[in-house]
Amino acid sequence: MIDLTLILAAGVASGTILLFAAVGEIFAERAGVLNLGVEGMMLIGAVAAFSVTAATGNPWLGVVVAMIAGGLLSLVHAAITIQFRADQVISGLALTFLGSGLARVLGDGLSKAGQISTLPRFTVPLLGDIPVLGAILFRDQSLMTYVGFVLVPLAWYWIERTRPGLNLRAVGERPAAADAQGIDVVRLRYLYVLVGGLLAGLAGATITIAISPGWFGDQTVAGRGWIAVGLVIFAQWSPIRAAIGAYLFGAIFRFIIDIQGVKTILGAENPFQAGRSATFFLEMLPYLFVVIVVIIGSREALRRRVGAPAALGIPYVRGERGA
Amino acid sequence: MIIRLEPRGEPPRWLSPLLTIAAVIVALLVGAVVLAFVGGDPVKAYLHIVKAAFGDVGVLSDTLVKATPLILTGLACALAFRMRLWNIGAEGQFLLGAWGASAVVLFPLLPAGTPSFVVIPVMMVAGALAGALWGVIPGVLRARLGVNEIITTLMLNYVALAWIQFWVFGPWSEGGFQQTAPFPKEAWLPRLTDFAKTVPAFSGLTTHLGLVFALVAAAALSIAVSRTRWGYEMRLIGDNARAARYAGIDIARYVIVVFAISGALAGLAGMSEVGGVVHRLQDRISPGYGFTAIIIAYLARLGPWRVVLASILFGALILAGREIQPSGVPAMIQGVILFCLIAAEALVRYRIVIGRRAPSAA
Repeated sequence: MIDLTLILAAGVASGTILLFAAVGEIFAERAGVLNLGVEGMMLIGAVAAFSVTAATGNPWLGVVVAMIAGGLLSLVHAAITIQFRADQVISGLALTFLGSGLARVLGDGLSKAGQISTLPRFTVPLLGDIPVLGAILFRDQSLMTYVGFVLVPLAWYWIERTRPGLNLRAVGERPAAADAQGIDVVRLRYLYVLVGGLLAGLAGATITIAISPGWFGDQTVAGRGWIAVGLVIFAQWSPIRAAIGAYLFGAIFRFIIDIQGVKTILGAENPFQAGRSATFFLEMLPYLFVVIVVIIGSREALRRRVGAPAALGIPYVRGERGA
Repeated sequence: MIIRLEPRGEPPRWLSPLLTIAAVIVALLVGAVVLAFVGGDPVKAYLHIVKAAFGDVGVLSDTLVKATPLILTGLACALAFRMRLWNIGAEGQFLLGAWGASAVVLFPLLPAGTPSFVVIPVMMVAGALAGALWGVIPGVLRARLGVNEIITTLMLNYVALAWIQFWVFGPWSEGGFQQTAPFPKEAWLPRLTDFAKTVPAFSGLTTHLGLVFALVAAAALSIAVSRTRWGYEMRLIGDNARAARYAGIDIARYVIVVFAISGALAGLAGMSEVGGVVHRLQDRISPGYGFTAIIIAYLARLGPWRVVLASILFGALILAGREIQPSGVPAMIQGVILFCLIAAEALVRYRIVIGRRAPSAA
C-alpha cells in the first residue's frame, strides 16, 4: 500500500542527500564560482565514507574522511578556476570525470564488503509525537536528516543576515567593489568552494553510511550531484527553497519505489509493477522533473529580474573589467 | 616567495601544441602513479595499451572501430562548444540515434528483405533525426527561455538511457534478455572484412562504413565552420555574443540549428554503432562515448581534424582499458588528462612568475 506519511518521511530522508549538495553548491555559486563537479565530489565522499567505515567500523571517522575527500577535490577546482582563471564549466566537468574514475578505482571490490555500521537513527522526544508532522520529520530519522534541518536555517542566516555573508555576496556580485572595500576576493572564493566540497563529501557519506547504505559503483550517486546543481537554479540560490526542492525530490524518488509494489491503481492493473518494462518511465521522472523545475526557475528569474550571482562563472582579475 | 600569473602578450605558435602534448604525458604519468598506488604495474599496463591498440593491423582496425563513435560525438561537442553551448548531452543523443536506427529494423519501418542500399540510408536519416530531436529540446529551451543547457542536456541523458532500457527490456526484448534480436544482414554497415574475397589483406578487419561517415563529417564541419558565412557568424556568436547581436545576427536561430546538427552527429554515431558493430540494440551500448567526447573536443581545441586524431588516441585507451583492472582507471586517466589540458591552457595564456615579492605596480 502507498502510505503518504511514509513516502514523505522517506522523502525527507533521501532529500537530505540533495540538500547537503545543493546548499554547498549555493555557497560556492554565491561566491561567484560555478562548480559542476558535485557529482564527482559526492562519489568520492561516498566511497571514502563507505571504505573507511568498512575498514574501521567507525562511521564518524567515515563522515570526517568523506568531507576531507570532497574538500580536497574541490580545492583542485578552486586552484584551476580561481588561480589559473580557467573556464569553470570545463574544470567542473573534469572534476566529475576525475571523481567518478577515482571513486571507481578506490571502490574496486567494495560492493562485497557486506553490512557495515551506519550513523545512528533516533526519534526526537516530544517533537516525534506531533501528529503527522512528527511522523514525517522527527520519527526514526537518521542523524544526518536532523543535521540537515539545522543546516538550512543556519546557511540562510549566514548568507543573508551576517557580515561575512554580506562579504560572500559582494564577492559573487561585484568582486571589484568588494576588492576595493578590502575584502580578499581570492581567499573568500577558495573558502566557499571548499565549503561546497565539504558539503558534497558529506552528501556522499549520507548516501553510503546513513540513508541507503552500500556501495554500487557509479550508481551509488546516480546523477544526484547533477540534480543538486539543477536544484540550485530552481532555488534561485536560496538555501530554504533548495531544502523544499530537495525534500520534494526525495519524495519523488521514494514514490517511484513504492508504486512498484502496488497491484492495482483505481481498480485497473498497475502497469508500473516491479519487473515490468514500464517502470523505466518511472525512472525518467526525477530527471524530467529537474528539467521542468529548471524551466520554472529560469522563467521566474526572468520575470522577477533576479537571477544568478552577477559574477558567477567569471574569474576575478584585479584591474580588469570583469563584472 | 610567491607565485604569480602574468598574462603573455602573443603566445608563440608552437607553444600551444607543445603544452597539449606535455599535458597528455603528465596525465599519463599521474595515471601511472595512481595505478602503482592501487597495486597495479603501470609500465605493463601502458605497454599493454600500446600493444593492444596499435600492435598489428588487426588491433589497429579495432582501435579505429572504437574511434568512430568518438569522432562523431567529439565533432558534435566541438561544434556546440565553438558557440559556447555546453552540450553535455552527446551521450543521450547517441542513444536516441541508436534507437532511431534500430526502430527502422525492429518496428519495422521497412518491410523485411529491403535491400541494403535502402535500409542503411533510412537508418542514417532515422538515427540522425532522433539525435537531432534530442538536441533540439535543450536548444529551444536555451534559445527561447534562457534555460541552462548544461542541466537539461545532462538530465536528458538519463531519460534517454531509461528510454532505451524500456525498449530492450520490453517490446523489443529477445527472449527476456536485455537486448533486441540481431539485425538482418541488410542492416549491417559493410566492413573491410566483407571485401576479403577481392582484397585478401582485409580478412578479419572490422573497420566499417561508419568511419567514412565520421571522416566526411569532419571534412564537412571543417569547411562549414572556417570557410562559410554561416561558420563565421557562428564563431562570432561564440567569441562575442554582444557584437553578434549588434551585427543583427539571429542568435536564437543559431543556437537551435547548432544544437540540431550537434545532436544529429551524435545520433549518427549511435546509428553507426548499432549498424556497424553491435548489430542489435542493447542496454549497455555506450561505455560513455558522449562523455569522452567532451574531453576529445577540448583536447582537439575544437578543430575537426584534431578531433579525429584525439579520438584515435582515446579509442586506443578505451579498447585496451577494458582489460585493465580496476575498471575505473581509464575514466580516471581521462579526468586527469582534462585537468592537465586546462592547466596547460592557462600556461598558454599566462606565464608563471616566481619571485620573492610582487614587483611595484605593473
